Amino acid sequence: MRESKVTVKIPRPLYRKIQLVIDNSGFSSPTDFIVFVLRDLVGEAEKKSAAAAVPGEAGGAAAGGGAEDFDANDLEAVKQKLKNLGYL
Amino acid sequence: MIAPHGGRLVNRVVEVGERDRLLGLAPKLPKLILNAREMADVDMIAVGAMSPLEGFMGKADYDAVLATRRLKNGLPWTVPIVLAVKPGDDAAKYKEGSDVALETQDGQLLAILHVDSKWKMDKGDEARKVLRTDDKAHPGVGYLDSIGDTYLGGRMSVVNRLKYEKYNNRRLDPVETRALFKHKGWKTVAAFQTRNPIHRAHEYLTKVALEVVDGLMLHPLMGETKSDDVPADVRMQCYEALLAGYYPKDRTALAVYPQAMRYGGPSEAVLHAICRKNYGVTHFLVGRDHAGVGKYYGSYDAQKIFDEYTPAEVGINLLKFENSFWCKRTGGMASTKSSPATAEERVELSGTQVREMLRAGTIPPVEFTRPEIAQILINAMKGK
Repeated sequence: MRESKVTVKIPRPLYRKIQLVIDNSGFSSPTDFIVFVLRDLVGEAEKKSAAAAVPGEAGGAAAGGGAEDFDANDLEAVKQKLKNLGYL
Repeated sequence: MIAPHGGRLVNRVVEVGERDRLLGLAPKLPKLILNAREMADVDMIAVGAMSPLEGFMGKADYDAVLATRRLKNGLPWTVPIVLAVKPGDDAAKYKEGSDVALETQDGQLLAILHVDSKWKMDKGDEARKVLRTDDKAHPGVGYLDSIGDTYLGGRMSVVNRLKYEKYNNRRLDPVETRALFKHKGWKTVAAFQTRNPIHRAHEYLTKVALEVVDGLMLHPLMGETKSDDVPADVRMQCYEALLAGYYPKDRTALAVYPQAMRYGGPSEAVLHAICRKNYGVTHFLVGRDHAGVGKYYGSYDAQKIFDEYTPAEVGINLLKFENSFWCKRTGGMASTKSSPATAEERVELSGTQVREMLRAGTIPPVEFTRPEIAQILINAMKGK
């Protein structure tokens, strides 16, 4: 059930720059990179839109951020837990 | 480190101040008591194990998953993660645009659901599209039959993590497994999903994987399973015994995968792979009849379904295995891919044969299962 795809044209110089950017980055092609970036941007836009229309009194955007928001103390706590459980 | 599904590891556990506010608000809200599957889903969504989901699916995502096996934003996703109003409960009290307190069966508040979607679902349609059958003998169809027919969707704010009684020394969130892999220096990690004891055939698959990756995580599913599956306690004893005796300690880890089984075969295989990506796993093993039950799925349907997506969309490498066995001709574990053995030269036992042997207190051949594992299973069958 793969959905059909559409062609989006971008300037060739930009395409060449993307080729350089993705070198050794793990992206297999400029298309993969562009799809990843666009999904990220669209996801952010959807998040903002959802936050603007907060349902209910408790609010819909109240939870913590992503794991990238972990600070050094959080990371240290994670390591300590892993040590305590015998993983490290 | 491999990116989570959708690019960002979700965290829906609220900060302290917000938690206090929501705890004060919760008693005034309509409450919904979660079943075991839903409780596990809440806890996995809370910590990003089901990224990019930030709550139970709304109707747009649900419809997209059933129609296209993708979320509405196009990301691959095959199994609805949904919250049902319970049979006999008045669905009218849960309103779109309002909040609902989600509680455990013993009254512990877990989360506030910010309801933005409420709809009547068609059980037969969901069963046929996700489980590929509407036969009521299928445990997934049986589950659908047991729940209400109104779904609620929306983002969640999680105020309390689910408290587990068992295996707390083996419970790692995605942030923790990612930290573990980084600390160990494992750039590539294979995960093995199972809801059964690990016999020699499964051990072989994981060892083959270990030959090509830096680390292996045994990630047994310990959420709700059907009553005739081997109990979680027994399985955990088996995993611990196997790891202690037969795997290199510095290259393996055992951690609990808390999700409930759907018995969705191919659909569930994709779910299992995507969730493992969120745990930081780079390679996922898919064997014969992964997440299957009875005769509902073809032996390799759970591998074929991944062909519907590009590798970049799935994002995790798949290690697809055929049925493996002890090969008398080559004197080792093998599969039809690696051995010319005839059927008579393979040591293979059906599940029924093994159960009968164990029930009789007979240890199956060492070529089929490790004696330590067999003894644990025999003891369990005797009720020791």
